[in-house]
Amino acid sequence: MELLAFGDTGWGDELFYATLMTIAVSITAMFIGFLFAFLFTPLKLSKNKFLNFIANSYTTIIRGVPELLVIYLFFFGGTGAVMFVASIFGYNKYIEINAFITGAFAIGIISGAYSTEVFRGAIQSIDKGQFEAANVLGLNKFGKFFKIILPQTLRLAIPNLSNVWQITLKDTSLISVTGLVEIMRQSYIAAGSTRDPLFFYSFAAVLYLLLTFVSMKLINRLEVKYSRGY
Amino acid sequence: MDLELMINSFPKLLNAAVITLKLLSVSLIIGLFVGLFFAILRLNKNIFINRFAYGYSYVFRGTPLLVQIFIIYFGLGQIEYLRSTFLWVILKEPYWCAIIAFALNTGAYTSEILRSAFQTIKPGIIEAGKSLGISNKIIFYKIQIPIAIRQSLPAYGNEIILMMKGTSLASTVTIMDLTGVAKYIISTTFKPIEVFIVAGGIYLFMTFIIHNVIKFLEKKYSFN
Repeated sequence: MELLAFGDTGWGDELFYATLMTIAVSITAMFIGFLFAFLFTPLKLSKNKFLNFIANSYTTIIRGVPELLVIYLFFFGGTGAVMFVASIFGYNKYIEINAFITGAFAIGIISGAYSTEVFRGAIQSIDKGQFEAANVLGLNKFGKFFKIILPQTLRLAIPNLSNVWQITLKDTSLISVTGLVEIMRQSYIAAGSTRDPLFFYSFAAVLYLLLTFVSMKLINRLEVKYSRGY
Repeated sequence: MDLELMINSFPKLLNAAVITLKLLSVSLIIGLFVGLFFAILRLNKNIFINRFAYGYSYVFRGTPLLVQIFIIYFGLGQIEYLRSTFLWVILKEPYWCAIIAFALNTGAYTSEILRSAFQTIKPGIIEAGKSLGISNKIIFYKIQIPIAIRQSLPAYGNEIILMMKGTSLASTVTIMDLTGVAKYIISTTFKPIEVFIVAGGIYLFMTFIIHNVIKFLEKKYSFN
């Protein structure tokens, strides 16, 4: 237990901040994923074959390639890409991108592919009559989407989005390979310096279980809220 | 685009893909038995056995695979007692540690898939078997298991693909699988995009094959 003491003698405070970092990365990644989903879901549902093809390639490639490989692509490729863009604007010095941003972006793109599929499924399962009714009421495009379609989509999407959240949360453990100090990385450091890997990795597992447990409870509440009309 | 690098690295990555497939197939076979075992425990009416099986699947589904590999590879070696038993022969090899972690992980998901498949079997089918005078054991092995396998094929196909992506984590415990070799080539040449295209292409090809095999099996074993 003294290994977990707060302050200089133990790893308690370090692991606490690492847990906050995991939460922060997960939420950021989930949010980036939503942005991707809002971009690609309309493309998936569009009647245009070419737009369909773009969206399908995105979800197929991301869901068919290991997360770790995507993270390596961003970790090793991110700096190069940013420096290339900077060199166009005449800035030729070395730029290092923050591990948080690379990690959140990589996980966000992965999470976005899953979210896109969830939203596509949810929108497709909304009754055609709802779209027609909205048209009959004379709502414009925005009103139709935000007042009629989106609330119903959310109700259908939340159970599946909670799966995406779980996947995203667990995927953040892979960012530890880039050196971002989240739960996994901190446990690795602690295990290395105390030579007690069994304890620290088990404790990391407990932290992840706690995070999934608490977030499931919160999401269940959200689910109840959005299905109150049913 | 460095086409030469892509062509040169292709055979290396293809060789590494064989290791990925080996890891995948061995862990899937062990995981299937683990999953079946725990699915049967989940259907048991004894609350302790039931809770134990639920706890197993909850823990393995609620924690990242990376943590599980690290606990088995780095953590278990720390227990002095284990080092003196025959288990150490297995646990000192990163290859077997990875397989144990993968098998336990996919076993947890498989047990959930099989459990829900068993639970959706209509009671009428089992009653029909009973009324024909078939023993409970044979009903289980000859009626319930085949139906459950058919029911769980789509979900199990997804699990196979997820597991194939999961094997990439073997590279974190020094195994040179497809991702491990890809990372090695990236870090020596600093050409991440080219290597990603080749390695990702191989992964996608494997996903494509698995997807179609499962689709074929689904059609073959469909009820109508």
